[in-house]
Amino acid sequence: MQAKIEVRDLHIARRGQPILHGVGFCVQPGEVMMLIGPSGSGKSTLLRAINRLLEPPSNNILLDGEDITTLPVTELRSRVGMVFQQASMFPGSVAENIAHAAALKKTILPPERIYELLEAVSLHTEFALTDAAQLSGGEAQRVALARTLATSPEVLLLDEPTSALDPHATRQVEKTLLHLNRERGLTLIWVSHTIEQTRRVGGNVVLLNQGQVQAMGRVAEVLDPNGPYQKVLDFAAGEDIRELSPQSH
Amino acid sequence: MITLPEFPLDGLERIGAAAILILISLLISRWREADLEKDLLIATVRSFVQLIAIGYALEFIFNLDSPLWTLTLLVFMTTIAGRTAAQRGKKIPHAQRVALVSIGLGSALTLGILVAVNVFTFDPQTIIPVGGMVIGNSMSVAALVMKRLADDFHTQRGQIETSLALGATSQQASRPQLRTSLQNAMIPIVDTTKTTGLIKLPGAMTGMILAGASPMEAVQIQIVVLYMIIGASAFTGLTASYLTYRQFFTPAHQLVE
Repeated sequence: MQAKIEVRDLHIARRGQPILHGVGFCVQPGEVMMLIGPSGSGKSTLLRAINRLLEPPSNNILLDGEDITTLPVTELRSRVGMVFQQASMFPGSVAENIAHAAALKKTILPPERIYELLEAVSLHTEFALTDAAQLSGGEAQRVALARTLATSPEVLLLDEPTSALDPHATRQVEKTLLHLNRERGLTLIWVSHTIEQTRRVGGNVVLLNQGQVQAMGRVAEVLDPNGPYQKVLDFAAGEDIRELSPQSH
Repeated sequence: MITLPEFPLDGLERIGAAAILILISLLISRWREADLEKDLLIATVRSFVQLIAIGYALEFIFNLDSPLWTLTLLVFMTTIAGRTAAQRGKKIPHAQRVALVSIGLGSALTLGILVAVNVFTFDPQTIIPVGGMVIGNSMSVAALVMKRLADDFHTQRGQIETSLALGATSQQASRPQLRTSLQNAMIPIVDTTKTTGLIKLPGAMTGMILAGASPMEAVQIQIVVLYMIIGASAFTGLTASYLTYRQFFTPAHQLVE
């Protein structure tokens, strides 16, 4: 089967400093791929390269077999959506935020579609007219998700989408994302900041350390305390991976 | 013909008499321990030297009555203005070039239109003081726009990148910031124009009346000056905002770091 996203031998430097060294992995259609690693390991850089918020070298990142640097960047970003760690709301109502992508194309998103998207992220349709500046962290993150889903993306890049949320809101967002993955076959590439969440969400995982892939495989295997990657990871329940000091094999 | 009114003192004696006010200011600063004496003295001496120098330069250029020299002086003024405005936009790549082109284009368009429609003639006595006002104002506008945009592209990076990630082009993603920077640049002159004459007499009008022109003559020129400054603000603001925004985005609609 053709990989949905293929990253091959990716090298990226920023401000003259190498960030990613020869990173490579495949994500199949409908797969959940977790990305974990200490702070500075290159996870966000990797996501930004897939979305071309940062320009990757040509022929290193493929979407359905096509080099993403050959695709019109606005089209790529409609097909590969991104949810950031801190949800930035645009001035206006929740409905206006959700309809932002449509407004960019000078079209109008029908109210039924806005309600459908709110329901998809477990928010009541009454939220539609709420001022987006008044939302809690968890609500804003879900509106950001609804806003991204409005473009009907095939892939969703999630950059620590729950790190700024309380446990209840975190579970809500996780549940929503997994539901979207199961029901719509949405491919997820999910940067997580905790081993606990990674175990909870499941799927496959890539462990990045100092810009390199240190481990890759099923979550249960890679995070198995008795498995071959024990030396790489420290297994405290709920430990924030960002606090781990980078280790090498 | 304009004739200078008779004043009780002449030349340097007039300046010396006015310097009494500087002396009083120095004493006030000393008395209240404001520690401004050194800066006041520097400002007094510098302004004296600079203005006398510009006065001689202008006399020289007026006597030459040469379009080339007139243009040279205007270009020199624009270059200085560009460098000064660029200081406010230090975070912007190629800030000097952005400032210079914005001020140059804005000023050239404004003056060009006014000469083309016969509001002013292209002679040194007219175009240099008028050009100075236009260039000076364009410098302020360019500096304001550049600084505001640089700050907004930094503080609102999250919002801009969110819009880019939703499929916006760089122009679409930065539209709110471009709008705000132009508003901020033009609001001061628009407000000044609204209230002009109600609080104090504007500078051009004051100068003309002091030089012996009738109030109605002075008022006509002042109105032209205000419209001219609004036009220059719009041209310069638009150019500065466009050129500044271009420095922050790549052709692939990415915000530079």
